[in-house]
Amino acid sequence: MAWTRKILRVNLTDRTCTSEPLNMEWAHDYLGQRGLATKYLASEIDPKVDPLSPDNKIIWATGPLTGTMASTGGRYSVVTKGPLTGAIACSNSGGYFGAELKFAGWDMVIIEGRASSPVYLSIENDKVELRDASHLWGKTVWETEGQIKSEHQDPQVRVSCIGRTGENGVLYAAIVNDLHRAAGRSGVGAVAGSKNLKAIAVRGTLGVGNIANPKEFMKVTFEKKKILKENAVTGQGLPTYGTQVLMNVINEIGAMPTRNHKDVQFEGARKISAEAMHEPRESDGKAQLINNQACFGCTIACGRISKIDATHYTVVNSPKYWGASGGLEYEAAWALGCANGVDDLDALQYATMLCNEDGFDPISFGATIGAVMELYEMGVLTKEEVGIEAPFGSARALTYLTEITARGEGFGKIIGLGSKRLCEKYGHPELSMSVKGQEFPAYDARAVQGMGLTYATSNRGACHLRSYTISSEVLGIPVKTDPLTTEGKPALVKAFQDATAVVDSTGLCVFTTFAWALSDIQPQLQAACEGDWSMEKLDLMGERIWNMERQFNNAAGFTRKDDDLPARLKTEAAKVGPAKGLVSGIDKMIPEYYDLRGWDPEGRPTAETVARLGL
Amino acid sequence: MQKSLHIDPSKCTSCLQCEMACSFENYGVFNNSLSRIKVFEFHHTGAKVPYTCTQCDEAWCMHACPVEAIKLDKTNGAKVVLEDVCVGCKVCTIACPFGTVNYVAETGKVQKCDLCGGDPACAEACPTGAITYVDANWTGLERMRQWADKLGNPSA
Repeated sequence: MAWTRKILRVNLTDRTCTSEPLNMEWAHDYLGQRGLATKYLASEIDPKVDPLSPDNKIIWATGPLTGTMASTGGRYSVVTKGPLTGAIACSNSGGYFGAELKFAGWDMVIIEGRASSPVYLSIENDKVELRDASHLWGKTVWETEGQIKSEHQDPQVRVSCIGRTGENGVLYAAIVNDLHRAAGRSGVGAVAGSKNLKAIAVRGTLGVGNIANPKEFMKVTFEKKKILKENAVTGQGLPTYGTQVLMNVINEIGAMPTRNHKDVQFEGARKISAEAMHEPRESDGKAQLINNQACFGCTIACGRISKIDATHYTVVNSPKYWGASGGLEYEAAWALGCANGVDDLDALQYATMLCNEDGFDPISFGATIGAVMELYEMGVLTKEEVGIEAPFGSARALTYLTEITARGEGFGKIIGLGSKRLCEKYGHPELSMSVKGQEFPAYDARAVQGMGLTYATSNRGACHLRSYTISSEVLGIPVKTDPLTTEGKPALVKAFQDATAVVDSTGLCVFTTFAWALSDIQPQLQAACEGDWSMEKLDLMGERIWNMERQFNNAAGFTRKDDDLPARLKTEAAKVGPAKGLVSGIDKMIPEYYDLRGWDPEGRPTAETVARLGL
Repeated sequence: MQKSLHIDPSKCTSCLQCEMACSFENYGVFNNSLSRIKVFEFHHTGAKVPYTCTQCDEAWCMHACPVEAIKLDKTNGAKVVLEDVCVGCKVCTIACPFGTVNYVAETGKVQKCDLCGGDPACAEACPTGAITYVDANWTGLERMRQWADKLGNPSA
């Protein structure tokens, strides 16, 4: 079975907490986490609802393999209608919170309404209550977690919470657990903040004991862990270098979006790479990187634990940042660094710590700063307006703007709107490097054509995690395709999107797919869950989840024109590298993609597609 | 040959596979709160340290027990709690200098590591070699080998 078969429904307006049975029919069609929570959300809210109104709901959801010995089985998703995009938002996090929620006996927590004053949800197995959080309001993520543990007199409590940005309505505010793991994208933290919900604190001691075939489950999960260990990416690259292993790789192939996508290579990439994190620094002879850390149940352990240079200008007078803390991941290093032309490794570490401390997405934030710097260089934004001289490459500007965004001060309030609204406000909407209002991650759509289609069609706005075709186009997993051509990419993107939708619904981490195919996950599900979990069923399920999200977005008002890239990527060719002279071929790929999906030319699933998928 | 659990904290990533393996071996559930091995994270240094019973020869817990509920398993040196004898008085939890015997409110008994009868599940589950089950007389062998390597194979 693997599900606890219980949902906790919390109405903040009425301050009620009720237990209800999980809809097992839906669980068989949508599994858990992303798929199942989206099914609940789409069934319960009007897609046109204002994301920050009490009528929106927000769901914390585990998967059937969350809290088990399957490698990486610790994931949970936060699903809601997102304020940055107005589309479906689904952000996934690791750490230890997800497993703890499952151990407390809950598959999901559905939050409704809005509390009249700040509250947090306390869960200790069946004992659930809303508690006053007035004293936690205005506190950072780190302070909140510390204070809740202290008040509960229990160091083993796990906390998933928002920082000040979530309270302040920063449209890309995250929900952070275990200090530096985050459901990072699409502004799920702002939705929690709009509901006056500061945190969920959970302690679970019931465990997961209802595995359908325990003996088989132990056998098959051990076998699959061996595959992860023996694979070059999951067994060596990620544990040693983390996701930052990509910095030099992506830069070398000229796919590194630089200075708000004006360039495709960053001359400072080497200085902010994984290799640089390993090098001894001048001040104390130590490397920034301390060691690697796993999330719950993860045998890959890509997480970085770093110590900033205590003599760096950002922290020289702030001892609280001198200890070990979550280190730079590739996406953060790119967005805070390359997107702004900043090559100061410790400035980036400081900015990433502030993103963790106050809970905001370094991708959207960093990319927004890229737009700010371009507007500054154009003379549209001035020092008076921004509060500091902000040309590309200024580490001082980056760290100052991170501080005022974290605190919600001055120009930081405008940065908190994201690049789309900011660029519109200053009369240059074309400078926002985003799709559906969400900023691009760290791969240039001109140099890796499949990623352009990935971004344009992602249901949560621009995102690499919905179909990471870098695997195929750059790393050759499962087969190498040419990153410079659009040929075959619609089918590649569709296949990645559907498979990823399943992975995101299991409780496992998508990083396993560097080594595992869906057919490696299938037997783990089969051993854990009762019933039939054939590949055919999973393939269809992935497609079903994708189309369900699409239908939600269509009903929310999204159309063909929203599946597009900014003009810069379609008209300004890459200046150097293998993609020199190329623009994105997105317009060629979209019709073929719609056709493969069984959608009409307007991007709506046809009646036949809807019927085939049982939607 | 007697073996013992050997812990190398520098290899631990805090994935908690050991805790789950322990609870599954002993209770048939994945439940870290029932694990007899525990991983501690020290945020300010980044250290992660698995910790459990080291099976002392002159075990304080065994000597303190008033009903002789803790017995030596002569095949592997483990000090094993006899659940049907234990009365839950918790004196052993006070006697143990290391905190590795703990009371379980749900059963009214204490629990501690019993080396899984000589095939510890935690060591088998550990993906990084932070927990190994090795010759009790040669727990330093691997570290010696590493230094011997440095001595005999100096880098060019």
